[in-house]
Amino acid sequence: MAEMMNRLDPMSRAASRGMSDLAIRNLFVIPTIAFLIIFNIFPLIYSLGYSFTDFRASSSAPANFIGLQNYRDLLADPFIWSNFTITAKYVIVSVTGQVLVGFGLALLLNRSFPLKGLVTTLLLLPMMLSMAVVGLFWKLLYDPNFGMINYALGLGNFEWLSDPGIALYAVALTDIWMWSPFVMLLSLAGLSAVPKHLYEAASIDRAGRFYVFFRITLPLVAPILLIAIIFRTMEAFKTFDLAFVMTSQPTTELISIRLYKMAFQEWQTGKSCALAYIVLIMVLTITNIYVKYLNKAKER
Amino acid sequence: MGTVTSAQQKLGNRLANVMIVVALIVFLAPIYWIGSTAFKPRNLATTVPPTILFTPEVSPFVKLFTKRVQLKPNEKVDYDNAPWWEKIVIDGGERISRSGKGEVQLSGYPSRFLNSLIVAITSTFLAVAMGTITAYGFSRFKVAGEEDWLFFILSTRMLPPVVVAIPMFLMYRAVGLNDTHIGLIILYTAFNVSFAVWLMKGFIDEIPREYEEAALVDGYTRMEAFWKIVLPEAATGIAATAVFCFITAWNEYAFALIMTNRKAQTAPPFIPSQVGSGLPDWTVIASGTALFLLPVAIFTFLLRNHLLRGMSFGAIRK
Repeated sequence: MAEMMNRLDPMSRAASRGMSDLAIRNLFVIPTIAFLIIFNIFPLIYSLGYSFTDFRASSSAPANFIGLQNYRDLLADPFIWSNFTITAKYVIVSVTGQVLVGFGLALLLNRSFPLKGLVTTLLLLPMMLSMAVVGLFWKLLYDPNFGMINYALGLGNFEWLSDPGIALYAVALTDIWMWSPFVMLLSLAGLSAVPKHLYEAASIDRAGRFYVFFRITLPLVAPILLIAIIFRTMEAFKTFDLAFVMTSQPTTELISIRLYKMAFQEWQTGKSCALAYIVLIMVLTITNIYVKYLNKAKER
Repeated sequence: MGTVTSAQQKLGNRLANVMIVVALIVFLAPIYWIGSTAFKPRNLATTVPPTILFTPEVSPFVKLFTKRVQLKPNEKVDYDNAPWWEKIVIDGGERISRSGKGEVQLSGYPSRFLNSLIVAITSTFLAVAMGTITAYGFSRFKVAGEEDWLFFILSTRMLPPVVVAIPMFLMYRAVGLNDTHIGLIILYTAFNVSFAVWLMKGFIDEIPREYEEAALVDGYTRMEAFWKIVLPEAATGIAATAVFCFITAWNEYAFALIMTNRKAQTAPPFIPSQVGSGLPDWTVIASGTALFLLPVAIFTFLLRNHLLRGMSFGAIRK
């Protein structure tokens, strides 16, 4: 493109040496920001408006302004609070599991052994796959009669997904399988950055294994581990695909699923916009914390 | 003392190796199970106990791509003149559904797979193109409130898809973009462009400014320096970013579920919808799943040295 411009107009190029830096900056930056505002911010303004109405997208009745009624109803609704409680339980179980398994794997991998690169890549595979499609297949693995999991663990006809008390943990277990590799990946980066001389000094001082782990390894990996935890917390909070394809138990109705049902099955559009805003504020709060730590990690 | 520690270390190493093997089995077993079920005869997919050894078949893939009807009792089919793939279906007690002209009718899968390809490739191209130039803008020039803009760009990516989908659904319905490729492409581009900006900014920050400055001294314009110096230097980064964007778009489920239902539907919402009624044929679901996961598995190996960077939005580079 630049070449073409030069050929067309060599004189002006000699005079001004092409576009000014300012023009290039604007040309490069503004369209993307405009695009994101049109397709991300504008819709949110649109739905903020609807959140103050009783609009239903399934009927042709015009939307009536009802003020903060939707927000008041939602915050007083015990079912919504139970959706948040379920989500919190899910986040805690799956993120804790991912940190324990992922960090444990990273400790195992953080030394040299044959085929290390291949083994690491193979272990990272689950997190790259589609949650909806793989989650669906876990239904077969969890099947009480012919599922591989009950067979491998010798659990007989254990009901993973149809027992309302277990289903949420079964979904969390699949999430742990998928995302422990993420924690492992980040932890490995943290572990490999621990200066070797610290371990050498510790071994000269005959420091015990626990001492070395809690006084050297953990504190130095902590910042990166924290990034992994915040990121996974945010993602687990938003979980939709996995729980949605795996079960339809009321005990696994995460807040995203409630939001989906309210908007696209019950068609309570106005009210769902209000709930979307409550969720949005929560996510932005976590994002803010995440970015703060991300920038800290960058400065190191 | 020295020999004791080394003996202990040896034992510890061996124990760690055993644990790694166990971890590999646990993490790969579900993927192996998808792959193996994709080649199982239907009656072996749901046996008690699960069948591990069997003679592989391609029948699930034939069934995945074709529309079939149950054979009625005493229904005559021309078995001898049927091609091999049709014989497989007939052996299973079904026949391939044909149009009036005798053409084989395809199942819903191939068109969904094609939709996934169209949407993922187009949105990846757009997101990476926009992301690269915007990252260059942020990397090389002073932008007022740079940190805030970058946070804004990232935060658009962090929104839960359902939150954005509600107003987008209404807006798309108003302008007729529901269930169209373009509608989905726009959404995925918006979703991926923020990621591309963050990742590409990291890659471009690493290219020394001196390269361009030398080119500018040699009489290049800024635009020429960008095209001829920066882009070739950033090629690896662009490729890695593109693969990440492709995988994200390829795997995306919630937007596709809400915004498409038939014409532009992609594979992720389609595959679970097959389980819906009656006894699902898990071999067909597995073959569809395996075919769908294969590109991502290959890309993961190609990307292996960039995974850390991509998954941390370019913040952690090592």
